[in-house]
Amino acid sequence: MWERFLNEMTQATLEIVHSIARFLPRLMVMLAIVVIGWVIAYILKYTLRSILRLAHFDRLSEDAGATQFLKKAALPSSTELLSRFVFWVAWIGFILIGVSVLGIVGVEEHIARFFGFLPRLFAAMFVFFFGLLAASFFSRAALLAAVNADLPSPRLISSTIRTIIIVFSVSVGFEELGLGERTIVVAFSIVFGALMLGLALAFGIGGQDLARRYLERRFMHERREEKEDELSPL
Amino acid sequence: MAEETILSDDFLRELINVGEVDILVGVHTYNDASTIGPLVQAIRVGLLKYFPRQRAAIINADGGSKDGTQDLIRAASISDLQHVSRLQALRTLHSISTQYPGGPASGNALRTILAAAELLRASACAVISPDSIIEPEWLERLLRPVTRDNFDLVTPTYRRHKFDGLLIRNLLYPMNRALYSRRVREPYPPDFAFSGRLASHFLSQEVWSQEVGRTGAEMYVTISAIVGDFRLAQSFLGPKSRVEHAPADLVAAIRRSVGTLFWSLEDNFRSWSANSHSEPITTFGPDHELISDPLRVNRKRQYEMFVRGVSELDTVLKAILSPPTLAELQRTATVPEPDFRFPDELWARTVYEFTAAYHKSVISRDHIVQALAPLYRGKAHTFLLENRDSSAEEVESKVEHLCQEFERLKPSLLEMWDGRK
Repeated sequence: MWERFLNEMTQATLEIVHSIARFLPRLMVMLAIVVIGWVIAYILKYTLRSILRLAHFDRLSEDAGATQFLKKAALPSSTELLSRFVFWVAWIGFILIGVSVLGIVGVEEHIARFFGFLPRLFAAMFVFFFGLLAASFFSRAALLAAVNADLPSPRLISSTIRTIIIVFSVSVGFEELGLGERTIVVAFSIVFGALMLGLALAFGIGGQDLARRYLERRFMHERREEKEDELSPL
Repeated sequence: MAEETILSDDFLRELINVGEVDILVGVHTYNDASTIGPLVQAIRVGLLKYFPRQRAAIINADGGSKDGTQDLIRAASISDLQHVSRLQALRTLHSISTQYPGGPASGNALRTILAAAELLRASACAVISPDSIIEPEWLERLLRPVTRDNFDLVTPTYRRHKFDGLLIRNLLYPMNRALYSRRVREPYPPDFAFSGRLASHFLSQEVWSQEVGRTGAEMYVTISAIVGDFRLAQSFLGPKSRVEHAPADLVAAIRRSVGTLFWSLEDNFRSWSANSHSEPITTFGPDHELISDPLRVNRKRQYEMFVRGVSELDTVLKAILSPPTLAELQRTATVPEPDFRFPDELWARTVYEFTAAYHKSVISRDHIVQALAPLYRGKAHTFLLENRDSSAEEVESKVEHLCQEFERLKPSLLEMWDGRK
């Protein structure tokens, strides 16, 4: 009995030792991957930061209105934030590769999902950033056109255009991420529809006098005003 | 050759039939049926009267008119001139009309005319604006300095109303003079003449495929001739009348003229940064003449649009102007209309800061140019107010003062340009 117990114990101990002996090299490989991953991620971060600085990315970001948003949230500059983001994504990627080397059952599936999600994450960020840029450009263009055409409420026109483009780019970004696809589409439709309806009502009913005056000025008295202001700039 | 790509086969065939000419007069048109007949007649009379021995051709470059402009030009070209003058041609006066590709744009038209001039080996060319109401003498005044005195570019000076051409007097002339150091009174010439040598130079430039070449060719012509060290002169033509339908869109005018001037500074830095004082150019006749007939002008609207522009474009102006200049503008915009004045020094500083912002592309360059429009309205208001009862001499003295301000502040632009400020 005792001898059998000792045999079992010895076998179990040997198996544990064998398992550890099998596991240790994998753990070493994982640690090596994590350390090498950190170095690569750091180099990536450093390189990206230098490229973004050379490309004046902060100015582009300021132009898009992203810098003000980051400042309000007490976050670092866009260049720094994007570099850090790439560093963490790269390093987490290497950590997950390392973990997969350990051969833990069920982890591979999650790792594959993570790597499958990355392109969508970058696409969503791309859409969102260029959405912000487009919103800034077109809202400024509308503001200038409205001021130069002497239209009423230029800032309202400008911020409406900005809001529409941002809502649109955010909804496309979330759709790309696969988050609340239906909710976002429905929310966008409601916001956009309400905005258009509101504008139509405001212009047609609430501002009927304004609308009439505008249309009269536009189509009936245009010639008279031109005569009054007959200065050629060139 | 450049003309291979822009001249249609039919047009090329007609040009080959003409052979070589001494003088070429180009007219660019787009829906100008109401004015084109008398214009072509005046050109023909001018050529026959003043250049009867020279081989001449009139080239019409049309942007795709739908109102029969080209038909009227052909009709005017073959009509009998006996009833308008007793002139007899010693040589055949050719008239050709063509449609240029790329849609209506004065730059596209000018490129077509230049290509035709090069092909016909014209030694002197003139371009006449379809918006001008001209006299036959204009042809002689424009072309004679080229044919007789070997000038390469002859820009016009006109007898104008003191409130006409305010953008030229308050911005284009002073700034062009301060930066490029030549006192060209009409740096954006609607009517001008040039030598065949300069035509070939223009045509060889790579500007034609760009937006500036399409829309701001008139301004580019002057700047390119100055930078290329060609012989410049200006010639007094007579009263400048504006036809009824002439466009007066301020933003479009600023884009075509000021936008081109800003754009030109990039490539020509060496040229404009080296000179510190401006020099007069040879002038045939008076270099300006002003008339002061009463004119009904809505001055208050200029003021209101300036005030509104400064207030509404706050975020845009913050990106373009330095804090002290913006603060001064904002303070100026609070002054009530009767007491409102836009000082020359502030205006020159503002324009130079816009120029530097354009160079650095702090925001979209087109937006920078557009943002200047409401501020220009403020300066125009001051000009209208200060010169309400001024004589021609007083107006000229004020323009001269503004020019000197632009010249005095030029070093500050150089500092901003290379980032020292």
